[in-house]
Amino acid sequence: MDFSVVIEYFPRLLSGTWITLQLVVLSVVLGGIVALPIALARVSKNRWINSLPFAYIFFFRGTPLLVQIFLVYYGASQFEVVRESMFWPILREPYWCAVIAFTLNTSAYTAEIFRGAIQAIPRGEVEACMVVGMTKAQMYRRILLPRAFGIVLPAYGNEIILMLKGSALASTITLLDLTGMARTIIARTYTPIEIFLAAGAIYLAISIVVIYLFKLIEQRQNRYLGTLSIKVPDKG
Amino acid sequence: MKLKNIALGSALLMGATLAALPAQAADKVRIATEGAWAPFNYIDENGKPQGFDVDIAWALCEKMAADCEVVTQDWDGLIPGLKVRKFDAIIASMSITEERLRAVDFSNKYYSGGLRYLAPKGSNIDLNNLNGKVIGAQRATLAAQYLEDNLMSTAELKFYDTQDNVYLDLVAGRLDVVLSDELPTYDWLKTSGNGDKFEFKGEAFKKEDEIGIAVRKGDKLKDKFNKALDEILADGTYAEINAKYFPFSIY
Repeated sequence: MDFSVVIEYFPRLLSGTWITLQLVVLSVVLGGIVALPIALARVSKNRWINSLPFAYIFFFRGTPLLVQIFLVYYGASQFEVVRESMFWPILREPYWCAVIAFTLNTSAYTAEIFRGAIQAIPRGEVEACMVVGMTKAQMYRRILLPRAFGIVLPAYGNEIILMLKGSALASTITLLDLTGMARTIIARTYTPIEIFLAAGAIYLAISIVVIYLFKLIEQRQNRYLGTLSIKVPDKG
Repeated sequence: MKLKNIALGSALLMGATLAALPAQAADKVRIATEGAWAPFNYIDENGKPQGFDVDIAWALCEKMAADCEVVTQDWDGLIPGLKVRKFDAIIASMSITEERLRAVDFSNKYYSGGLRYLAPKGSNIDLNNLNGKVIGAQRATLAAQYLEDNLMSTAELKFYDTQDNVYLDLVAGRLDVVLSDELPTYDWLKTSGNGDKFEFKGEAFKKEDEIGIAVRKGDKLKDKFNKALDEILADGTYAEINAKYFPFSIY
């Protein structure tokens, strides 16, 4: 083991980390925006409204992220039509292909998490809204969505961490994210254990920050529940 | 009760899976190749590794009277895998370089390579001025290293997991130029159906590039390989394999 390579190449690992962070933040934010309408359509009882989001979620949760990235990056570019379309300047770039694939993927998972949260709200609260005469829009805006937001947090934090780790697949389409950078360094130094350990430590550090942030938001969002949701009762 | 059945079922399944793993023979020589570098090594429709490297491997094994097994491994995992004894030798068209010699030992060369640029036919490429061009190569190859050493600051470099993906992106128009080993690209131009759209640019360089068999540092296997290599070169086996793939000598 020779950890001097880690010190020597640390700046390059950090520049890879920066790409990884961009990819994750962009796709999580865009994915969240896409997910909300999908989730709302998904809870509809009307079959015409809920079948399309159902198929969308089914496809993106049921196929590997790697396959999705390859389809967007290598698949689409094989067609002359795509290469001559106005979208080519975007689809040409591995960076945007990764963002597109990650956004589609995470939006499907997030929509499903939102749906679960909306449906987990106790029936009594929905009935209470109806009793006081709220319209459907008022009910969602004032009660259901804020409530769902509180319920969704633990699962959503989990999804972001999964996305962080999934982003390593960007390295397969020539992006020099943290994993891509690590592999490029290893191709030079033949010290896979040292460099991958360092890359793993950086991923871990990012995860810790995400976990901590979500803990803070959770405490704030769910404080009306008292300390119940935060403290685990002693076993003794 | 149900839970117990599930637990029992999974235990049985796991046992069956473990039993299905082949027993590891102690004196077997395990040779790794990449399987994505036609015509030197590729996977045929039956999932078996084939190609020049693989033919050479079997010919050498025959001369060494060794019990061999040829396995495939992703390119950038080959040297790490060799070091942790996942296999005993690499016959995967690997160039003998200074950097690699720090990690592994090499046999004598079993063929010679050379790098050459590839670009769309008719495109105006000045090889002495590649500023701003998008150039692709396979990660962890001599070509990638050459680009990193010489064009890192002037051109946009893109590195791929396999050579196949490099070709895909060249066809897709994401790359202006590709740098790769001349011989497999010669084969690609001939067999992929893209020979009418792409062509070599300039002459091959780095012709001193020698391809050898990698073994662990200090492994006696190296001498055995060298001896067997001399034998197949002398008795015409090598020339026969060579002729199967290239109409000229690549030694």
